Amino acid sequence: MKHVVSIEDLDNKRIMGILKRAKQLVPVAEGKKKSKALDGKILAACFFEPSTRTRLSFESAMQRLGGTCIGFADPSATSHLKGETLLDAIRMVAGYSDVIVLRHPHEGSAKLASEVSEVPVINGGDGAGQHPTQTLLDLFTIKEEIGKLEGLNVGMLGDLRYGRTVHSLSQALDRFKAKFYFISPKSLRMPTHVTDELQNDWSTHETLDEVLGKLDVLYVTRIQKERFPDIEDYKKVAGAYRINAEILQKAKSKMRILHPLPRVDEISTDVDETKHAAYFRQAFNGVPVRMALLEQLMGKKK
Amino acid sequence: MSENLLKVQPIRNGTVIDHIKPGRGRKILEVLGLSGSGTTISLLMNVPSKKRDRKDIIKVEDRELSENETEKLALLSPNARVNIIRNYAVAEKKKIEIPKVISGTVHCPNDNCISNNERGSSTHFKLLEHESLRIQCIYCGRKIDEDNIEFI
Ligand SMILES: [Zn+2]
Repeated sequence: MKHVVSIEDLDNKRIMGILKRAKQLVPVAEGKKKSKALDGKILAACFFEPSTRTRLSFESAMQRLGGTCIGFADPSATSHLKGETLLDAIRMVAGYSDVIVLRHPHEGSAKLASEVSEVPVINGGDGAGQHPTQTLLDLFTIKEEIGKLEGLNVGMLGDLRYGRTVHSLSQALDRFKAKFYFISPKSLRMPTHVTDELQNDWSTHETLDEVLGKLDVLYVTRIQKERFPDIEDYKKVAGAYRINAEILQKAKSKMRILHPLPRVDEISTDVDETKHAAYFRQAFNGVPVRMALLEQLMGKKK
Repeated sequence: MSENLLKVQPIRNGTVIDHIKPGRGRKILEVLGLSGSGTTISLLMNVPSKKRDRKDIIKVEDRELSENETEKLALLSPNARVNIIRNYAVAEKKKIEIPKVISGTVHCPNDNCISNNERGSSTHFKLLEHESLRIQCIYCGRKIDEDNIEFI
């Protein structure tokens, strides 16, 4: 059974295969071409916590390929499941579907679910843990925007401590020989359990200015209010890491900015009009990437 | 070595845990809950040893260790030896080993890990490093070392 629990489950060859197929599927994702590749197949979206973006993008991907979706979208809808264990819920849903997308507040849920599920389980985010399709769509975006994945100078900015997307993405890009620049306030630095594993060069910085000119990619994450006991501290820090069009004049012209969205004000709207802004295309890319993965898990072998 | 010790303080039936990392004996008694088991227990600390400078020894009368207890022992003192004594003689010598996957003996320190939240679930850790002990939760990925191990 080919479960997709962690980005580590996918080797570089398989990742490149998915990205290549995703590119071919873009016209289908845009609705310009029709596909019946997953005709008759059912995707079960089991969302034990809400994540509208992830759920809609999976549902769109499935339906563009001719399949259908069942599932539940938020915790209130699962109240009838209260008292039922995750594993019992998964065993039941596996009987109704051909693939399960699981979103759950506890780390390791997808791994546990994969131990009992008779259909492939895709991890749609488990707590502070893995979210492999997010990582795949980030990789796809970088590859499409820059033209390659190998050997890039990658800046990561914002909340690097709690932002799981940057943890998984660093892990993945490390396999493609990236050089990392981690830019964050001291209290939100990249955790050592991530940096300890990196094979390639990395450095930490407190301001974007000192490294901006070197970057091929700048991945921005939101600094959340909840991380700061004092609101004044938050305002000061958030202000210092805000990006606008003027700051970006020092960047390489081909440098691209990614952001997992939704953004609040960490990227000023005047950046949207610049050539650097890749985050809206990145959001769309979730669909073809998830299509490629679903097709690989369930499609007919050619 | 063990024959020698038997001369000093022989036990008729039971278990002698030898070559315990010095200072670890007390912790092993505590984790295995041996002192509350009602049988006679002796703990020898800082006994001179040929192999290493010092070692602890535990003797448990009329009791052999279960597999689960042996696994915990291996995690606490990987180089310990277990001798089963029957009728004053060493009936069996067991070299203990840390299994590649440690199941149901160690608690995951991550409160948000599914293994701490799913009713009826068990814990599983992957052995990363044998010498300076390091294990990893297969669910949440949390890594723990020797000093942070909490037993179930
Ligand atoms: Zn865990």
